[in-house]
Amino acid sequence: MAEILVLVDHLDGTVRKPTLELLTLARRLGEPSAVFIGPGADTAAETLGRYGAHKVYVVDAPEVGEFLVTPAVDALTQIAASTAPAAILLPSSPDGKETAARVALRLRSGLITDAVDVTADANGRPVTEQSVFAATYQVTAHVTRGTPVITVKPNATAPEPAPVTPELEKWDVVFGPASAAVRVLSRTPRERGDRPELAEADIVVSGGRGVNGAENFAVVERVADALGAAVGASRAAVDAGWYPHSHQVGQTGTQVSPQLYLAAGISGAIQHRAGMQTSKTIVAVNKDADAPIFELADYGVVGDLFQVLPQLVEEIERRRS
Amino acid sequence: MKIVVCVKHVPDATADRTFTEDGTTDRASVDSLLSELDEYAVEQALRIAESGPDVEICYLTVGPDDAKDALRKALAMGGDSAVHVADEDIEGSDVFATSLVLAEAIQRHGFDLVLCGMASTDGGAGVVPALLAERLGVPAVTHIEELTVEDGTVTGRRESDSATVRVQGTLPAVVSVTDRSGDARYPSFKGIMAAKKKPLESLGLAGLGIDAGQVGRTAARTTVDTTTRRPPRTKGELVSDEGTGGIGLAAFLTAKKFA
Repeated sequence: MAEILVLVDHLDGTVRKPTLELLTLARRLGEPSAVFIGPGADTAAETLGRYGAHKVYVVDAPEVGEFLVTPAVDALTQIAASTAPAAILLPSSPDGKETAARVALRLRSGLITDAVDVTADANGRPVTEQSVFAATYQVTAHVTRGTPVITVKPNATAPEPAPVTPELEKWDVVFGPASAAVRVLSRTPRERGDRPELAEADIVVSGGRGVNGAENFAVVERVADALGAAVGASRAAVDAGWYPHSHQVGQTGTQVSPQLYLAAGISGAIQHRAGMQTSKTIVAVNKDADAPIFELADYGVVGDLFQVLPQLVEEIERRRS
Repeated sequence: MKIVVCVKHVPDATADRTFTEDGTTDRASVDSLLSELDEYAVEQALRIAESGPDVEICYLTVGPDDAKDALRKALAMGGDSAVHVADEDIEGSDVFATSLVLAEAIQRHGFDLVLCGMASTDGGAGVVPALLAERLGVPAVTHIEELTVEDGTVTGRRESDSATVRVQGTLPAVVSVTDRSGDARYPSFKGIMAAKKKPLESLGLAGLGIDAGQVGRTAARTTVDTTTRRPPRTKGELVSDEGTGGIGLAAFLTAKKFA
């Protein structure tokens, strides 16, 4: 069976959910092998095996932590050159996309970024679906040269277990010159609260200009916690300094595709819509009945979010008890 | 110091964008402009020029004839000269061909620093800066929110999805900056008038020593099979809050099994 390489996205050995989605998609194309770069492979191997990784190629060297992106490019290119996979799947993060592009250039292969689905055609080759132009178009495409290199957005599919016992294989990679690399001077992990990560969350509750102040975001957070959701913010709210940029939903922030997106006090500018339009269900609360966000909303409430949201939380809690 | 800023002329992101029959972006049906995200790269180049002596800024674009408009807009913001690469054979190029043309033009001009926006607002893959660095054999200091260029190095802050990372590369380098790197200035009337007199060179593939077969549709490594307009989302129920808006919303979310 054709081997499919999957680049693992992890935090010190804790595998992130998009990788499990990649392994699930890879099984449609062949037999997945995980490429694990950095420390913690022993911890990760069990999880990777549970989602169908028959092999785990492990690259752990000091260079991985010292430099940005290029160690992964060197590793993946060398592993691909020797294993000749049928496709390479990577997460659609900025690092994942840069790695993918550089690997594809070195392998003389075609590249598809930001796929929202990957399936196999009649010959078993990958066919991708992408959502473009602020999610107004669906595009299907395939790679015509070399090994298809594809980056996939979070929430493209639900992770499905297919347990195997993976075989770990250590790789010695020859790294390129440091003069063409970017040195990591410091890395400050962002504090992770108890809420799910924005890009991966099943439910996202976002606040915009209508929240009108950093202190008022607590109203949005309470709804998020009642629903077990991640918190998002519009560019207007982030630019005003009310909420951190890492929570920005939109074209230049995080693009999300959750089961439920709740927009509070967000008018729905095109730049915001580009980041949330593919959400399965959209709900909006806004004072302005003419706000463009209502054109997308499956359910909209025209009203004051400071009245509606607390009442919503109260009612959810009442129904639960 | 020689700075080359790569810019792109893109269909207006707020307009109704479509595809042509062969699955490439329709550039004729809507107005185009300098990609908003490239304005931040122009701004950073101008700030570097303002803070030190002997900085020369050249803008570079690849695209059809009207792509010159993007160069004129950038020149109106400031800077010295521009290079426009246009050739029928380039049409339909993917990121690999585009980065090849840009890299050859950058080499021809000479550079210490290449500045780019974080992505275009049309294609939006955001990989051209990394591909340029790969082709030029220099560091790719990408997605920078706070940029410092001094003593032959580029240092910057980069927000990844899990951490804030400070990174550094040595010049020559390729840098891409985000929309948080600093607000871009508006061209002044004086700047617009001055831009008309600044040198703008036009080049074809022959001028860069690139064969037609290396670019365009024939060289593309991917094929678009279908482009389908998503059915517009149907507007759902819209209720006015008469004091029970939150309760109604909770009922909707419960019915959908979200709460």
